[in-house]
Amino acid sequence: MTIAEFLSDYTLQNVALGAAILGVVSGVLGSFAVLRQQSLVGDALSHAALPGVCLGFMVAGTRDLGAIMAGALLTGGLAALTILALTRLSRLKTDAAIGISLSVFFALGVVLLTVIQGSGGASQAGLETFLFGQAAAILRSDLWVMGGIMVAALAVVLALWKEFKLITFDPTFARTLGLPVTVLEVALTVMVALAVVVGLQMVGVVLMAAMVIAPAVAARQWTRRLEHMVVLSALIGMVSGVTGAVISALRRGLPTGPLIVLAASAIVLVSILFAPGRGVVWDALARARERRSLRGRQVLTTLLQLAREHGDPEYPAEQGMLDAYHRLGTRAVLDRLAARGLVTAAAHMPGEGGHWILTPTGQAEAQRLSAEIDGARG
Amino acid sequence: MLQDAFDNPGLMIVATGMAVGAAAALIGPFLVLRRNSMLSDAISHSIVFGIVTVWLLTGFASGPVQIAGAALTGVLTVFLTEALARSGRVKDDAAIGLVFPALFSAGVLLLNLYARDVHIDAHAVLLGEIGFVWLNTLEVAGYHVPQSLVWMGTMLAVNAGFVALFWKELKLATFDPVLAHAFGLRPRALFYGLLFLTSCTAVAAFDSVGAILFIAFVIVPPSTAYLLTDRPLTMVLLGVAMSAISSVAGYWLAVLWDVSIGGMMALMTGCFLAAAFLFGPRYGVIAGLRRRARQALENEARALVVHLMTHEKGAERHEENVAEALRTHLGWTRARSKAVLSRSLGLGLVLRKGNALSLTDQGRVEAEALLEPWRRGG
Repeated sequence: MTIAEFLSDYTLQNVALGAAILGVVSGVLGSFAVLRQQSLVGDALSHAALPGVCLGFMVAGTRDLGAIMAGALLTGGLAALTILALTRLSRLKTDAAIGISLSVFFALGVVLLTVIQGSGGASQAGLETFLFGQAAAILRSDLWVMGGIMVAALAVVLALWKEFKLITFDPTFARTLGLPVTVLEVALTVMVALAVVVGLQMVGVVLMAAMVIAPAVAARQWTRRLEHMVVLSALIGMVSGVTGAVISALRRGLPTGPLIVLAASAIVLVSILFAPGRGVVWDALARARERRSLRGRQVLTTLLQLAREHGDPEYPAEQGMLDAYHRLGTRAVLDRLAARGLVTAAAHMPGEGGHWILTPTGQAEAQRLSAEIDGARG
Repeated sequence: MLQDAFDNPGLMIVATGMAVGAAAALIGPFLVLRRNSMLSDAISHSIVFGIVTVWLLTGFASGPVQIAGAALTGVLTVFLTEALARSGRVKDDAAIGLVFPALFSAGVLLLNLYARDVHIDAHAVLLGEIGFVWLNTLEVAGYHVPQSLVWMGTMLAVNAGFVALFWKELKLATFDPVLAHAFGLRPRALFYGLLFLTSCTAVAAFDSVGAILFIAFVIVPPSTAYLLTDRPLTMVLLGVAMSAISSVAGYWLAVLWDVSIGGMMALMTGCFLAAAFLFGPRYGVIAGLRRRARQALENEARALVVHLMTHEKGAERHEENVAEALRTHLGWTRARSKAVLSRSLGLGLVLRKGNALSLTDQGRVEAEALLEPWRRGG
């Protein structure tokens, strides 16, 4: 297959477009969920979509995406309400409430799935693809539904941008301003359910939580501004969606959901390790550099002290003594100091270890450091 | 004789379900009380990766090697989650939601690539096949016992042993980890031991209930028990009992309606939770509403005795200390007045002669205590 054929392939176009829509919606709405520490609510809502998928199918009688999406949105909303009721009206904590809602709704979905299988009809086979997603099953008409949801969700986010931003970062202040905080919070949670619904066909109910969380976490590493984070998160969601979906379309039997999630996870890993300013790697490098420089300064002041004690500015200090004093091998440190022209190796008797002397520049530098330390003490 | 029992599919299914439920409910209370319920979600998803990897490497699809090997993935998940949260780049909840989908996706992908025609397919991964547990048997002491039952029974015994042996330590580490640490009990090591057993149990339960329904058995019965009692021992025992009853009832209903057995068992745990949430004698929603209504009524009875005391000496008492005054002067509705009056009479605070109301001795004590609290006990 040539690249031109590949790009004009009808199924592939559908798949890529669907994945892009999914990535944008989950990236944008996931940003708010992650910042509000509601990531695992997303997990519960995505598992809770399963009974809705079954109900939608049972009501419509066919694999009609509109009915299935409506059902998923309904049970997702019910699951969110269950979490709210359990935490507000009983002594259960959030984590238990989320776990209960997730597992019991999923169990209901499993039961309904077998009800549908029991009632016969070959068409029920299609429902299992909603567990892990199957990109190839996407139709052009499905894209219209998904695209419609995307436009609606983005319009709501744009229209309520200021409000959403405020309740994300400072809900108490929002309340004192007289904003309907509870309504807005419910709206944001329902929007997460919407993102889940859009991802049903591509990623499936089991892994949709990752698509809500991963792009937002990755985007968060690169920026401190919500505006940038939301846009970046949408882009990352889109890239991982398209990457995973296209790979799964290349070979038969590769599940789309896991591939998309792995693509998103890879981006998260790279972001956490290498994002400028925040990356773990840069942090570790900076710390190592700091440690090296500190050791250099320590050895330099030790040499100065020894020189002062012996009344000889060019006192040759023995390597072994320096090692023992600092409880580590100072050879590498001394080599680095020598390279900077601060110390120099002294001639020594055969059989003895190396000896080191401060150069005039080294003496000046060591005196400056020691004065600095005394200044800080005094 | 005994072999007849082992050859009875229905009995074996229920026994396996009870073993899964009891083994999970032994560990669950500590996760729920530590507010780490969602770790069971993370563990039960990511062991899929471990199960597939161990199976590919060693060829064992069950048994001790499989259980211990795959359980390491569960511990790895917790370790990675904690490391990610400690790095400060990601919040706790998002960290959980990042690690397990990645491992789960990798597991499902490996399954699709290398194990397409083996009995562990994606469907069984999620939902389990408790209905077929009696098919694979193992010879134990001359009897053919279903394999799943053997390993689940083993895990049940191990968990029971662990909880019994470390009961005091677990309690202290759960309620006051700092004190436990000060006593030299190593609460973190204990916690990791608990999570290792959770993982082992999840792997052993995998054949029968799958990755997700397992969560229901870990979280829901202990949460239900938590709504009913304050004592840890009662909580553990109640959880185990409710798991066992859920298994029996779930099996019975599943056969009756011809639906998924594992799903129905998990759903039953949810029914128990809903019942405890609504009707629990101390922490239930209805008990709470009734308690609040009774307290409101008693507060108003106190308002009445104060009213009577204020006016009992003055000439206006023929106008104030009569039954109608409750409506005209205190502004209560007719029904409210009636309820408050009958409550006050019932509590022995007020006497009624025709229309006139007067204080009993007890009512006077109550009113004095409210009006002049400094005199109390003086």
